[in-house]
Amino acid sequence: MSLLVYTENWNGKFKKLSLELVSYASGVGEIMNSDVIALTIGPVEEDELMRLAEYGASRIIVAEHDALKEYDTLTYASVITQLAEKEGSDVIVLANNNQGKGVAPVIAARLAAGLAAGVTGLPVSVDPFRIDKRAYSGNAMARLEIKTAVRILTLAQNSYDLKSNRRDAVIEKYQPVIENSPAIKIEDVQRQEGKLLLTDAEIVVSGGRGMKSPDNWVHIEELASLLGGATACSRPVSDEGWRPHGEHTGQTGKVIAPNLYIAAGISGATQHIAGVSSSKYIVAINSDKDAPIFEVAQYGIVGDALKVLPALVAAVKAAKND
Amino acid sequence: MKILVCISNVPDTTTRVKFTEGNRNLDSTGVQWVINPWDELSLTRALELKDNASNGISSVTVAHVGPASSEPTIRKALAIGADDAVRVNCDASDSYSVALQLAEVVKEGGYDIVMCGIESSDHNGSSVGGMIAGLLDVPLVSAVSSLDLRGGEPLISREMDGGREIVTTSLPMVAVVQKGIAKEPRIAAMRGIMMARSKPVKVVEPVDTAALTEVIEYEIPAPRAACRFIDPENAAELIFLLQNEAKII
Repeated sequence: MSLLVYTENWNGKFKKLSLELVSYASGVGEIMNSDVIALTIGPVEEDELMRLAEYGASRIIVAEHDALKEYDTLTYASVITQLAEKEGSDVIVLANNNQGKGVAPVIAARLAAGLAAGVTGLPVSVDPFRIDKRAYSGNAMARLEIKTAVRILTLAQNSYDLKSNRRDAVIEKYQPVIENSPAIKIEDVQRQEGKLLLTDAEIVVSGGRGMKSPDNWVHIEELASLLGGATACSRPVSDEGWRPHGEHTGQTGKVIAPNLYIAAGISGATQHIAGVSSSKYIVAINSDKDAPIFEVAQYGIVGDALKVLPALVAAVKAAKND
Repeated sequence: MKILVCISNVPDTTTRVKFTEGNRNLDSTGVQWVINPWDELSLTRALELKDNASNGISSVTVAHVGPASSEPTIRKALAIGADDAVRVNCDASDSYSVALQLAEVVKEGGYDIVMCGIESSDHNGSSVGGMIAGLLDVPLVSAVSSLDLRGGEPLISREMDGGREIVTTSLPMVAVVQKGIAKEPRIAAMRGIMMARSKPVKVVEPVDTAALTEVIEYEIPAPRAACRFIDPENAAELIFLLQNEAKII
């Protein structure tokens, strides 16, 4: 038996998420006594590939094929399915991100394998196979039993701590059989170059209606940039057009789990909390002491965000100069 | 061209969930059931596409897997503007069995575009749409944030990490939609509510399937420790605590 982890790469580079996946897979592999095979769809340079060995991959497979240059969901799913069958993998691990959410259910359908989406930890038991996952949009955890011999897991981002587990890994090239040409044709690509992605950020500074005007986002941006974080907003703010939709965090926007989430002028509607409740620390700044955001925050300041944020900026600057 | 919108019946998103029977089932006392928010947005977009006659959409059908008790949610979708509905008469036990039932509906009805929300707000499985495409082996575009038609061909934005792509594909297809697909969910007008009563809801019996997964129990996460309040005049204390107590900056 083996454990297959699909690690996406971004123009040939891995991210912390990729390492988290391998580290997680190696944790599952330890429980199940299986070796970890990491698959990426290439091309990726050897040095970059070897980073996966640091976290427990004992075989690193790079699939290359002309039909894989662009991301076609069904084609990528076929490649992963094919390799899982060839290697007799009984657990397949993917990220619960855009691509993982796309391909995992297709693999599950093709293999008639049970899928647990958005898992946050190792299985609680292997026989029967039981694992905890997010449910009711963060308001509950569900203990899910997967009844099939092959299990597919998608790991929530920033939910598993990296553990060094160096292996002498071998790198293998893999040329999958691709019968159908990709169904998706790409007409245009719009990239945000150089900007820290909200879902990758370990620190997020977010503003709500309490910020009063889009002009006041200078404070949010300044604090985020000082802390090396990304900016976000609540739904009313993106609906008003004060901030781009991509920044909306919450149940129907982005679900994030940074180490630190600073909510300024956000009251904390259930739908907003659903998108940020997995953050390790939440700081709330709100002028209403009864705002529900304080129920989920570890640290709170009751006050006007427009006054508190500049004070925080000054305090971070002072702390950095110490 | 025919569009099928798959809808799930979920507790209103402001519900404070509780569980019964050894934490195996949702305590539905006082729960307000609604159309899953993403499915409501996909229905809205399907109707917007139909409103533009040049798109040549003949019907927007909603499909739902669930018992007769979920009929009010189906009627709500009809009141918003769907032309008709198909209900597969069984409990929605897990994502695979739901996808299998819906794949049958798609096969029977010959729909060109199947729209599914990215996830249901109760199970957060992000799986049904992708599974339907996998089962039927039809093109799948996921993370769809806009869907248009250009001369009978779908023109789609899909979100990628760090950007978006404009893509097209052949029909029939499955679109798994998320934020951006429609601005606000369409609200049922009085006329729509009246008309919904007479719109056809076809009830079909399920095909044989077994669930591949089962929820053994639910747990409500322990509340976080009480918030520690810091004097607004002393912002430096917060920064000190984040550095030295939480050790995260």
